[in-house]
Amino acid sequence: MAAVSATTGEVKLLGLWRSPYVTRVGIALNLKKVGYEFVQEEVQGQKSEILLKSNPVYKKIPVLIHQGKPVCESAIIVEYIDEIWTSEPPILPSHPFDRAVARFWVTYIDDKLLALVRTLVFGATEGTSKAEVADGGAEAFQLLEEAFAKCSHGKEYFGGDTIGYLDIALGCWLGWIKAVEDVSNIKFLDEKKVPLLVGWAERFLQNEAVKGTMLEADEYVQRVKNLSASAR
Amino acid sequence: MAEAAGEVRLIGAWPSPYVLRPRVALNLKGVEYEFLEVTFGEKSELLLRSNPVYKKIPVLLHHDKPVCESMIIVEYVDGAWANSGHAILPADPYERALHRFWAVYIDDKWFPSMVGIGKAETEEAKAESAEQARAGLKLLEEAFEKLSKGKAFFGGDTIGYVDIALGAHLGWAKVIEQMTGLKLFDEEKTPLLAVWAERFCNHEAAKEVMPETEKLMEYAKIRLGK
Repeated sequence: MAAVSATTGEVKLLGLWRSPYVTRVGIALNLKKVGYEFVQEEVQGQKSEILLKSNPVYKKIPVLIHQGKPVCESAIIVEYIDEIWTSEPPILPSHPFDRAVARFWVTYIDDKLLALVRTLVFGATEGTSKAEVADGGAEAFQLLEEAFAKCSHGKEYFGGDTIGYLDIALGCWLGWIKAVEDVSNIKFLDEKKVPLLVGWAERFLQNEAVKGTMLEADEYVQRVKNLSASAR
Repeated sequence: MAEAAGEVRLIGAWPSPYVLRPRVALNLKGVEYEFLEVTFGEKSELLLRSNPVYKKIPVLLHHDKPVCESMIIVEYVDGAWANSGHAILPADPYERALHRFWAVYIDDKWFPSMVGIGKAETEEAKAESAEQARAGLKLLEEAFEKLSKGKAFFGGDTIGYVDIALGAHLGWAKVIEQMTGLKLFDEEKTPLLAVWAERFCNHEAAKEVMPETEKLMEYAKIRLGK
């Protein structure tokens, strides 16, 4: 992406595109047309010096390094990007109440989706059945469908006319969600149950800002299959 | 204080550190509000309607519109009453990111270690959890040094975002210290935080709403006795 408002070397993103959290940051940078250097981090095994130095507390990706200073935690990084690069489009809504609503749903997404994907990939813990997990997932998507109806005000995205904070927080999961749907034979993005989200997902994945921030669909599927096999 | 008290309501319970957070924020902004006290664990009609997803306190109702999740409420209060009192989050984006980072750390990593002390069944397990809690406080001590820049609070001269996030837990921290005999906010290991803790508890925005240690101890005994 051509650098407009940052000189090359000024912005680095440490990560791996298979991580939905890294995808979030990539999308935010693209929305703001910020040029950056992507530093691939192998997080299995030996972690790099720079990762350990910039995120000593969690030692995790993504880390955004801007003018030598590290910012950690994907949702926090996205807010940071919105505040530093103030060009259109804004990522967070402008009204405090709408911001609170968006942040609430991002918290909800972070609570539910990682657990959902993990359980379907690695198997349910004792005491829960796959059916229960599937029901929990369906319920979560139902709530998100209602949230979409409320937040979008009839427009294309949670953020309205353009991709916003909540779009990014949920959209980054689409690769993994579709892959587990495929492999587990459970449909979450069901046109009959969550038609608005299905339409939104199509638009999101086609959006210019999302290009280059996600793996190919079959790469996620392969990962799910590999991870599930290694879990047995 | 430009609105009638009825326009701002907070659903909560006095023992909850999460409820304490918005109360301090509202006090900092000089906002009058109606405190709708619920018995901890009881789910009123209003609560279920205002927070159908999690059914938890605190919930702030501003012109009847609900805001949920304690630190989201704090940030909302900072934005909705931007022209009152002091800013809760700093103006600089990088500092804001640091405040948000530490607030998440406090809730995701540090608080669970505190819970671990309470839940521990053996002396060994208790000591281990206490070590984790203290290690977390060491990190927060360094964060304090960085963020306070020699001033009284994480937020500088005034109470800020991280002060609220951590300060809210001081009541229960004291209970744990008393019940276990273990020192957490140790003047030797984390001197800056030890002083900060007293300062926070005595601040006018926190003083009246911080639950007294004795009351919390009573409450804890009743709850544990069940």
